Amino acid sequence: MTEENYEPIKKVSIIVSKGSLEGVYPGLIMANGARMEGIEANLFFTFFGMEAIIDKKMDHIKVATVGNPAMHMPTLIGSLPGMSALATHMMEKEMEKIDIPPVREFLEMIHDAGCNIFACKASVDMFHLKKDDFCAQVDDVITVGEFYEKSAGASIIFT
Amino acid sequence: MSAAVAEKVILGKTLSIDADGNLANLSDWNEEIAAELAKEEGIEVLNEKHWQVINYMRKVYTDTGDAPSIRKLTKESGVDTKELYALFPKGPAKKAARIAGLPKPKGCI
Repeated sequence: MTEENYEPIKKVSIIVSKGSLEGVYPGLIMANGARMEGIEANLFFTFFGMEAIIDKKMDHIKVATVGNPAMHMPTLIGSLPGMSALATHMMEKEMEKIDIPPVREFLEMIHDAGCNIFACKASVDMFHLKKDDFCAQVDDVITVGEFYEKSAGASIIFT
Repeated sequence: MSAAVAEKVILGKTLSIDADGNLANLSDWNEEIAAELAKEEGIEVLNEKHWQVINYMRKVYTDTGDAPSIRKLTKESGVDTKELYALFPKGPAKKAARIAGLPKPKGCI
C-alpha cells in the first residue's frame, strides 16, 4: 500500500521533555512543519523541556557534549569548561544557514502559525514555577488530563 | 523547474504539472493563471497582500532556485506569520508556491 491509501494526519500533539538543544529542536521543527502542512498542532512542554519556554532560560539552550556518543567527543574533553558553549555556537551557526531560527523566534513563529503552547502542571509545581516565568507564547499550564482532552483525535509524539 | 508528470488545462491552455501538482514550467505562469490556481486552493480573490507574497516568492526562486521558507517569508516578505496563515490557510509556504507557479519548497522550516 502507498501513502495515498491512508487518511492524512489531521492533528498532532507534540511533547518536549528534554532541555538540551538537540532535545528541544526536533519538537519545534515538527510542530512548525505540522502547521506548514495544514495540520492542527499542540505543543506540550514537560520536565526539563520547559527550559525552552522559561523566559530567562530559553535564550541559553545548550548542546550536551557529554553522555552523547554521537558527538564523537571523549567524555573528558566534552566536560571541559566552554565545550558545550562552543558546540552550541557551531550548531547554531549551521542551523541559521538552513533558516532554523533561535528558540525564542521559533516559538513566536509556531505560536503565530496557530499552534497552542502548554506547560505541564506537575513539572511547574515541582520546579516551583509560575505562569509569569514563561514566555508570552505559553497559552496555559495544564494537567496531564487536560493534555489528553486537548489531544482528542491527535497523534501524540513524545520527544 | 521540475519534471512534468501530467498535464492540466487552465484557461484553455494545456500546462505541464509536476508530481506535487505544481506547474512544471516557470514560463507557463502569468497573473491570470495564478488567479485560477488560487481558486483551486479555495482563495477566491487574490488581494494586494497575496500578490506581495507571490511576487516575493517568485523573486527568491529566481535568485536562489528554491522557494523561501516560512521563516524567510515572515522576515522578508513584509507579511508576518499570522497574516501569512490567514492569507493562505492550511500551509502558506506550500500554497503560495503553488499559486506562484513554483515547485513545492524544499526546506523543512
